[in-house]
Amino acid sequence: MAKIIVVTSGKGGVGKTTSSAAIGTGLALAGKKTVIVDFDIGLRNLDLIMGCERRVVYDFVNVINGEANLKQTLIKDKRVDNLFILPASQTRDKDALTKEGVERVLNELSAEFDFIICDSPAGIESGAMMALYFADEAVVVTNPEVSSVRDSDRILGMLSSKSRRAEQGLEGIKEHLLLTRYNPERVIKGEMLSVEDVKEILAIELVGVIPESQAVLNASNSGQPVILDEESDAGQAYLDTVKRLLGEAVPFRFLTVEKKGFIKRLFGG
Amino acid sequence: MSLLDYFRSTKKNTASTAKERLQIIVAHERKRRSGPDYLPQLERDILEVIRKYVDIPADQVAVSLEQRGDELSVLELNITFPDEKR
Repeated sequence: MAKIIVVTSGKGGVGKTTSSAAIGTGLALAGKKTVIVDFDIGLRNLDLIMGCERRVVYDFVNVINGEANLKQTLIKDKRVDNLFILPASQTRDKDALTKEGVERVLNELSAEFDFIICDSPAGIESGAMMALYFADEAVVVTNPEVSSVRDSDRILGMLSSKSRRAEQGLEGIKEHLLLTRYNPERVIKGEMLSVEDVKEILAIELVGVIPESQAVLNASNSGQPVILDEESDAGQAYLDTVKRLLGEAVPFRFLTVEKKGFIKRLFGG
Repeated sequence: MSLLDYFRSTKKNTASTAKERLQIIVAHERKRRSGPDYLPQLERDILEVIRKYVDIPADQVAVSLEQRGDELSVLELNITFPDEKR
């Protein structure tokens, strides 16, 4: 039985796909057989972030409709063992996903994988609902900014009322807060909500803080999940996040401003 | 304004403003979520009825349902009427 983790946020552009790619890759690096499923039907992008856009033949909707099987459709990552991608359809609309169809595919995946990462589309419409419905755990991606925090709270409401676990009266979805695009310099200046502020408002457990970083754009430019850039602050922060998801207690890093030394200031870095 | 104030930062810390605003709106929306589905419609209907007699703005009616113990829930209605003297 796989553990199903939805990566969701409500608001768009906060880093769901970047985080799905990084977390999925990180779990595979840790030896867990992992598949990342793109639920953003019509606006597929996980393939691009993972750098496998030219290898897409069939997609999620094809599998649901029985036009292709999982073996034909899953894309095996060329860099990391145990890592697979199930791409979204680019041509259909979001209503192409049915609860029965999604359940059948997830059940089939569940028999083979340790982790299923569901990369949710933005919004609270059917695609997003479908991505969270079957989840065991949720990573709520949030930027330290008012509209993102508010939308995250909305999504937390959905997780606790509109999921399968809620409907069947099972133990609720385990919710994790992932704060992205964090800029400690601006927090100190009083221009940005702090980790503590967001934690206090949303009242869920913190699983990671990803600093605002040039490495994220570099990674997406080149189709490499940022977690593979182990030198970078964002890559390391995602590695820590994956460890915490696996139950390890890891201290939080990149929460304070790093003082640049004279040499660093002179030569950049 | 003293000379000292001139050197002190008088800029309002926007992060704390953001936090305060979020705390209020999130609490409000959570309360609404936890209530029964009919509550917003009930609120609108009550407002309609009152408006037949008194002209009041929409934000002057507050309806809340409070659970008191297992067996009792109280529907609380708070309506602010406009000042008659004006």
